[in-house]
Amino acid sequence: MGFLIAILTLLLVGLVVALVSAPLRRAREPRAPIPQDGESGGAPDAPFAPDSRLRDELEAAREAKYREIRDAELDFRTGKLSSEDYRAIDADLRAEAIEILNQLERLRTRDA
Amino acid sequence: MATFGFVCLVLALIVCAYGIGASLYGVRSGRVEFSESGRRSVYALAGILTTAFLVLEIAFLRSDFAFNAVADTSSRTTPALYRAAAVWSSQEGSLLLWAWLMSMWSSLALFLTRKRLRDVAAYATAIMLGFGGFFVALMVFYADPFATTHPVPAEGVGLDPLLRFPTMMIHPPMLYSGYTLCTIPFAFGMGALLARRVDADWIKAIRRFAFAAWLFLGIGILLGALWSYSELGWGGYWGWDAVENASLMPWLTGTAFLHSLMIQEKRGMLKVWNVSLVLATGTLAIMGTFLVRSGILDSIHAFGGHTLGVPFVCLIGAMIVGSIYLVVSRRDMLRTEHRLDSWLSREAAFLGNNVVLVALCFVIFWGTYFPLISEAVTGQEASVGPPWFDRYTVPLALILVLLSGIGPVIAWRRATLANARRNFLVPIGCALATLLALELAGINQKPLALVLFCLAAFVFGSVGQEFFRGTRARRAMAGEAAPLALLALVRRNRRRYGGYIVHIGIAVLFVGVAASSSFQHASQLSLSPGQSTRVGAYTVRYLRPTATITPKYDQAHTGSTLSLGALLYITKNGHHVATLNPSEGYYASEDPSQGTVGSLIGGQPVSHVAMDASLTRNVWTAIDPDIETPALKRIVTVGNSTLPAEDALVGIAYLARAYLKNPPAAQFNLLVSPLVMWIWIGGLIGLGGGLIALWPAPSAVRRRVAARSRERAVRGLARV
Repeated sequence: MGFLIAILTLLLVGLVVALVSAPLRRAREPRAPIPQDGESGGAPDAPFAPDSRLRDELEAAREAKYREIRDAELDFRTGKLSSEDYRAIDADLRAEAIEILNQLERLRTRDA
Repeated sequence: MATFGFVCLVLALIVCAYGIGASLYGVRSGRVEFSESGRRSVYALAGILTTAFLVLEIAFLRSDFAFNAVADTSSRTTPALYRAAAVWSSQEGSLLLWAWLMSMWSSLALFLTRKRLRDVAAYATAIMLGFGGFFVALMVFYADPFATTHPVPAEGVGLDPLLRFPTMMIHPPMLYSGYTLCTIPFAFGMGALLARRVDADWIKAIRRFAFAAWLFLGIGILLGALWSYSELGWGGYWGWDAVENASLMPWLTGTAFLHSLMIQEKRGMLKVWNVSLVLATGTLAIMGTFLVRSGILDSIHAFGGHTLGVPFVCLIGAMIVGSIYLVVSRRDMLRTEHRLDSWLSREAAFLGNNVVLVALCFVIFWGTYFPLISEAVTGQEASVGPPWFDRYTVPLALILVLLSGIGPVIAWRRATLANARRNFLVPIGCALATLLALELAGINQKPLALVLFCLAAFVFGSVGQEFFRGTRARRAMAGEAAPLALLALVRRNRRRYGGYIVHIGIAVLFVGVAASSSFQHASQLSLSPGQSTRVGAYTVRYLRPTATITPKYDQAHTGSTLSLGALLYITKNGHHVATLNPSEGYYASEDPSQGTVGSLIGGQPVSHVAMDASLTRNVWTAIDPDIETPALKRIVTVGNSTLPAEDALVGIAYLARAYLKNPPAAQFNLLVSPLVMWIWIGGLIGLGGGLIALWPAPSAVRRRVAARSRERAVRGLARV
C-alpha cells in the first residue's frame, strides 16, 4: 500500500510540475512571431501593453454599443419609444459607435 | 489511501502558494509566462482536488470506517445513494467540496478568459488561489477529511436521518456552487481594480459567472425550501433561519448586480456601485459559509473555541478592508461616463430595483447578525423571529414585484409620458381586473395578499404585452408565423426575454407564498383511530395505524429501523379526496446504554410527511406517534434484558405489533395551504428564464448579428 501511495504521489507531482511549468519551459525556447491579443499562439505576446488593453476596451465598448442600437430598435418596434425619441437616440448611438470604430481603426493603422 | 488524500491536500497548498506568487510576479514584471504558469496552477489545483475528492468519495462508498469522517457521518445501513452524499454532511467533507467546486469553476472562468483581460485575470488568479489556499489550509491544519482512527470501528454513526432525502443530496452542491461562483466575479472585480481596468470589459467577462452564481444559489435556496416543506414536520418552507438567510443575502445582491451591470455596459454608469455589489456578493458568500461552518450559530461564544471561527473572521476582515481600500483608492477611475437622461427610463427603474434589493439584503443582514453581535456584547442570547423579518421584508417585496412589472415596459435612456401611458394601460388593466375578480369572489380579508395578487397581475400584463408586441414586430419584419416569430424573438434577445421570464417566475412564486401563508388552515391535535377533525373545508379521519420494520421495508428507503404511521381518509363535502399515510421513522443509535432493542430505535426520529398536492391546494399531514406508553416501553425494557443484539429486531417486531393492536392517540399536524405548488412552479419558470438568459448564442448567429450591426452602424454614417 505504501509503495502504491508513493507511486501515485510521484505521478501526481510529475503531472502538476509538467502542467504548471510548461509556459516557463516554452518561454526559454526560441520565440515564434508575436501573436496579437485575442489570437492563439505559443509564444508570449505583449498582453499587458497599453495598446492591447485599449483595443480590448474598445472592442468591448463596440459590442455594447451594437447591443444598445439593437435594444433601442426593439424598444421602438415594441412601442416604448416615440419615433422622434428613437431617431434622436439612434443617431446618438450611431455617432458613438462610429467614434469607437474610428478609434479602433486608428489603432489598427498604427499597429500595421 | 487516507495518506494519499492528505498528500493531495499538501500538494494543493503548495500549488496555491506557487500560483499566487507566479501570477503576481508575472503581472507586475510583465512576464506573461509566469502569469500563464499561475493560471495553470488553478487547473492543477482542480485536478489535485478532484483526486482528493474521489479518494474521500470512494472511502464513503466502501464504508471505510478508518476515515474519521466516514465513521462519523456514514454507516453500512445508510443506503448507498445517501452514502455518496454523506461526504458533504461532515465539516471536513463540506470544506473539501467547497474547495473542489471553487477550483473547478475558477478553472472554467480562467479558461474562457485565457485570451482576454490578461492583466485582470492574473490578479484574479492570485485571488482565486488565495481562496483555494485558505480552504485547503483549513483542511490541512484544522479539519482534515483524511484523518484516520485506530482501531477501526466496526460500524459508523450513520448519516443524520434528516439528510436522507433526494433534495438534501443535491441542495449542498447547488448552494456551494452558488457560493463558489460568487467568488469569481469578486476575484475579477478585485483584479480589475488592481489592474486599473474598470471599463465594461471585465463586467462582460464575468457576466455569465455572476448569472450562474445567481442561478445555482436560487436552485439551492429553492431545494432547501422544498426539503423543509416536504420533509420536516413543521409544514413551512421558510423560517428566516440564519442558514437560509445566509444564502439569500448574496442572491439578493447578485440580483441587483445582474440588473445594474447592464447600465454600466450600456452607459458607462454605476461603476462604483457595480464593483461594490460584486465585492459585497463575494464577501456575503464567504460570510454564508462562515455562518454554517464556524459553529457561531450554536453560540457566539462557541466560535472562538471552534477551530474555524477565527480564520474565517480574518478572511472576511481582509476581504472587507481590501474591497473598501481598492474602491476608495480607485474612485477617480470609477467616475461615471454619463448621467441619467430621465427618471422615466429603464435605468431609473433598475436603480429603484437595486435600492430595494440592497435594502432587503440589509434588513436580512441586520436580523441575522444583530442577535449574534448583541449576544457577543451583552452576553445574553437574543433572537429575531419571522414577525420581525416580515414587518420589513413584505413591503419591500411588494415594491420589488411592482418594479419588476415597470422595468419591461419602459425604454432605455428616456421614455415619453404619452408612451408610458399607453404601455401601462394593459398592466394596470390586468391589476384592476384581478382586484375586481378577487373582491367579487370575496377574497379580500388579507389586504397585503390582495395587493400582491394585483401586483403579480400587473407583472403578467406587462411581460405578456412585451412578448405580444415583440412577436408582432418580428412578424412584421420577417413575415413569420406567430410561434416561429416568438421563438426567433427570444433566441435573438435571450438576455432580455430570459429576464422577462424570470420576472414572471418570481411573480408566480410570490403569489404562491402570499396565498399559502395568508390563507392557510392549520390544525395540531391528538386523534385516536376512528376519530375525525375538520381542517378548512376538509374532513380528516384517522382510519388505522400502520407500522413497518427493518430498512428493507422502509417505504422512503431512508434506512429507518421502525416506521409508525397512520392512514388518514381525507374528504371534502362528503367526497373522497385522498388517503394519506404520514409516518415517523425511528433510526438506530450508537448509544449502547439504550440496550439491544432500545438502540435500534434510539436515534433521532424523523417525520415522513404525506400530502395530496395539486395546483390549487396542498393537504399536508405529519404524525408524531406516542411510543412512550407504559405498554410499549415495557416491550423495549424486556427485550433489552432478554434479547441478544442479533435477535433484537424481534423486539422491534413485538413493539410494532403491540402498536397496531392497541394504538395510542397520536399527535397530528394537518395543513391545507392554497397554491403552494406555484412556489415551485414559479421557481422552475425562473430557472427556465435564467437558463435562456445564460445560454450563449450560437457562434454563427452571433457573428451574423455582429456583422449586421456593424453594417447598420456604418450605414448610419450618412444619417449622422
